[in-house]
Amino acid sequence: MQRFPCPFCGPRDEREFHYAGEAGKLRPDTTQPISDADWAEYLFNARNPCGETREIWVHIPCQEYFVMQRNTATMDVGSATSVRKDLA
Amino acid sequence: MSAFRVADHGLVDRARPLRFRFDGRDFTGFAGDTVASALLAAGVRIFGRSFKYHRPRGVWGGWNDDPNAIVDIRAGGAVFPNCQATTTLLAEDMEVRAVNAWPTAVRDVKSLLDLGSRFLPAGFYYKTFIWPDWHLFEPSIRRMAGLGVLSDEVADDFNATLIHEDCEVLVVGGGAAGLTAARAAAEAGRSVLLVEDHAALGGGLLGRKAPIEGLAPGDWIAAQQDAIIAAGGRVLTRTTAAGVYDHRAVTLVEECGIGRAPIVRRVRPERLVLASGAIGRPVTFVNNDRPGVMSLEGAGELLARYGVLAGKRMAVLSNRPDARELAQGLEEAGAEVRVFDAVGARAEAMGRRQVQALRVNGESYDCDTVLASAGLTPTIHLWRHAGGKLDWDEARQAFVPGRGPGWMRVVGAANGTYDLGTAMGEARAAALGQPAPERGSYALPKLRPDSTLKGRQWLDFQHDVTVKDVALAVQENMVSVEHLKRYTTLGMAGDQGKTSNMPALATMAELRGKPVAEVGTTTFRPPFTPIPLEAYCGARKGTQMAPLKRLALEPEHRRLDAALGEYGGWLRPAWYGGSDQEPAVARECAMARGAAAIMDGSALGTIEVVGPDARAFVNFVYYNTMSTLKPGRIRYGFMLSEAGLVFDDGVMACVSDNRFIISCSSSHADAVMAHLENWRQDSFDPSRVHVLDTTQNWSTVTIAGPKAAEIVAELGVLDEMGDFPHMSLKFGRFEGAEARVARVSFTGDASYEVSVRNDIAPALWRRALELGRAHGAGPVGAEALTVLRAEKGYILVGKDTDGETMPHDLGFAAPRLKKSAAFVGDRSLHCENANRTNRKQLVGLQVPEGAGMLPIGAHIVALKDGKRVSLGYVTSSHQSPTLGRPVALALLAGGSDKMSQEVDIWHLGEMRRAQVVSPCAFDMEGERINA
Repeated sequence: MQRFPCPFCGPRDEREFHYAGEAGKLRPDTTQPISDADWAEYLFNARNPCGETREIWVHIPCQEYFVMQRNTATMDVGSATSVRKDLA
Repeated sequence: MSAFRVADHGLVDRARPLRFRFDGRDFTGFAGDTVASALLAAGVRIFGRSFKYHRPRGVWGGWNDDPNAIVDIRAGGAVFPNCQATTTLLAEDMEVRAVNAWPTAVRDVKSLLDLGSRFLPAGFYYKTFIWPDWHLFEPSIRRMAGLGVLSDEVADDFNATLIHEDCEVLVVGGGAAGLTAARAAAEAGRSVLLVEDHAALGGGLLGRKAPIEGLAPGDWIAAQQDAIIAAGGRVLTRTTAAGVYDHRAVTLVEECGIGRAPIVRRVRPERLVLASGAIGRPVTFVNNDRPGVMSLEGAGELLARYGVLAGKRMAVLSNRPDARELAQGLEEAGAEVRVFDAVGARAEAMGRRQVQALRVNGESYDCDTVLASAGLTPTIHLWRHAGGKLDWDEARQAFVPGRGPGWMRVVGAANGTYDLGTAMGEARAAALGQPAPERGSYALPKLRPDSTLKGRQWLDFQHDVTVKDVALAVQENMVSVEHLKRYTTLGMAGDQGKTSNMPALATMAELRGKPVAEVGTTTFRPPFTPIPLEAYCGARKGTQMAPLKRLALEPEHRRLDAALGEYGGWLRPAWYGGSDQEPAVARECAMARGAAAIMDGSALGTIEVVGPDARAFVNFVYYNTMSTLKPGRIRYGFMLSEAGLVFDDGVMACVSDNRFIISCSSSHADAVMAHLENWRQDSFDPSRVHVLDTTQNWSTVTIAGPKAAEIVAELGVLDEMGDFPHMSLKFGRFEGAEARVARVSFTGDASYEVSVRNDIAPALWRRALELGRAHGAGPVGAEALTVLRAEKGYILVGKDTDGETMPHDLGFAAPRLKKSAAFVGDRSLHCENANRTNRKQLVGLQVPEGAGMLPIGAHIVALKDGKRVSLGYVTSSHQSPTLGRPVALALLAGGSDKMSQEVDIWHLGEMRRAQVVSPCAFDMEGERINA
């Protein structure tokens, strides 16, 4: 059971969180033409690296979406910042 | 006193005898005995049969390292299968049964299998039962194999208590090293928790006679325990540290006796001192699986803890330098012991059912017990769980902790430090965070199995893996230990390789001519000992896991004798009047079409979207154009996933430019809420739009049918009905509080949803029923509603849609072609897959006159290249009381082009015919809905 830091509630057990996607993946502007390949890249392809990653997670009880830095090999958890602050 | 029980030894309470049965015979043991010690004291040698060859098996180890003595136990009216006899404490009236043996462990009819064992080598089943199909043979093979038997007699309320524990220093193991570490840490002011899996503290000290720090061993143990508690530390016995998980999470499982669920504690210590000791390693020699061959360390433990001598005339076969010393204790307790050096010995156990002699290098020694030890294997499981590495120590002939996590320190025998004084020094240093002291040299003579010996030498006693099986695996190039394990099932028995792993690695190393370090070990995974699954979930099951959602109007429904059922997590009235389902549903449908249905619509998800960006937000999350929806108006729409698949459907009302009310499927409200929150925080300024789930804040009384408008008018919620078209919203008052009236329909008739605060909802419900009665209207439950909506071809998402359904498959194609603004899932609706003409589309199915209902899930089939293929399947099927015939909805490939065609429908070998029709079977022009 890992422990993740919710920027709003503090450290909580992993089971209170859901994974929501890789950070830094921007939704293409769908009012403009997008190739099937580009859309598939956005929709399906994940880098899934072994090592340092930036991911979006949500803390279910408070519904805060945040970017978490963690290492998928060592399970070390780094920073966690709210999505809104990250975008600003 | 029984033949093998020795006076002045052991911790059992001889004043408290306990009666129990084993394989139908009566026995007596003492409080403090394990099942194994009580049976051994009574002279029982054969405890069960091995997994594959049904060889007789006796006790090997003294504690959780024993792979052999597995029993089923009936206690307190329930059967607990596959209990370890060596760790299960005896209780009054236990009924113990040997596993994998019939009729008893001593006379097992399947033992004939052993005669054919040379035809059953490793991999035999895989190689032999290939043709024509393994699945033909599997059931009978599975019946022959296996251990305990599951029983219908299960324990009620077997719910583990789950506790979150807290401590700075967790000490695992209550022997000399563990006690020393816990005391030092506690006296240094740290909060300390010490766990010990036995009932008594002391570990190996219990068999010691020489004083420690001037105290008799028993007194020293008690003094340490007192000091730990006096310094604020805590001690938990019968508690196993079963696993280490991510981020320093440690699971502690406390046994509470047979029939009672364990207590499970989760703790994240800042530091863990692992003082888990070491276990005896079997010697690999011919017939070393015979009952009577035991672990030397296990025999010592039996004597020290339970006052039981493993035998009367013993042979010790060991390479341990201190073997003679260990034998002396047994001698003093009354056994006759002769010690044989295992190094270079060509040894064979003689005797058919149990040991009668040990032959070493041609010389035969008559004995009833062989105590074998190839040295000690440090118990480093938790170290490996935490990612610690192991180093091969050639002098100790063991894997000892190498590099590893800084928060864990391994001390004492678990670290390969067998000298008492040094172990205690190590423990003290670990507790205080100081560097480990130097330790003296230790040398264990190297012992390797002799694979040239005739006769079988056993490595995994429970799973019947021999040296020859390992040789076969090596010959077939299964040289990775992980392959070896899976090919031969070595180490996959209940003990998970505690005894078998090291002898097998030594065998492998010998056969390949490589050092053990190069052969490596298999992965250590939690749990350390078998843990019942209930221990993990505790009370988190059933409604404790997923509590039912309850309606504010539930007492009203009960008063009307409603049949209550679970619908998407809600307890809702299925039908009223207490009668059988079919007549009740028919009556309620007739009432709904003839007069009006009065229904509890409160379970429908109600989510408000508010804020200056609310309009842009709803337009983005809906497939349908919502930007043009005017205040007071309502629109039906779909929410899609980004893959373009239908995620939810429902209506949305516009209250004002910055307030919208979404209705979603009642079972889906939480998921819709999460979906909306995701997009809100990801793609919008969260300070300008909010999403609120208000489902539980409102109760809704839905009145639907030809008389609905009159009843709503009489309710007086609205001052006047005025112009109130279908798909519009009005606000009124009920009992002085705000009331919302939405004219939307899920039955196909004119329908009004009246929503008020929960506390005044019962009054509204009663008033509606009272007024309705004069019009012939009455309460209608969820079952009738399902029929009414199916008559109209209204879908239920997840029932009439599947994981491929896009909105244009349901006949809603316009936004896909026309909506210019971006919305979730938009681009996916134009990919190659979305453009296929043979997509599964929603259709209705009509059966021939007089035919019965189609079964839900029945496949619509066609012949393709002589083979029957599925074109789709029935999603909803009901008997329509209104139409007097069955109605059905289906997803059918290319369905919209197949209107009026006849199709074949296959279900469980039966073929039916039906005609493809529009999903809407009732009031196709929609006159009633706008009436």
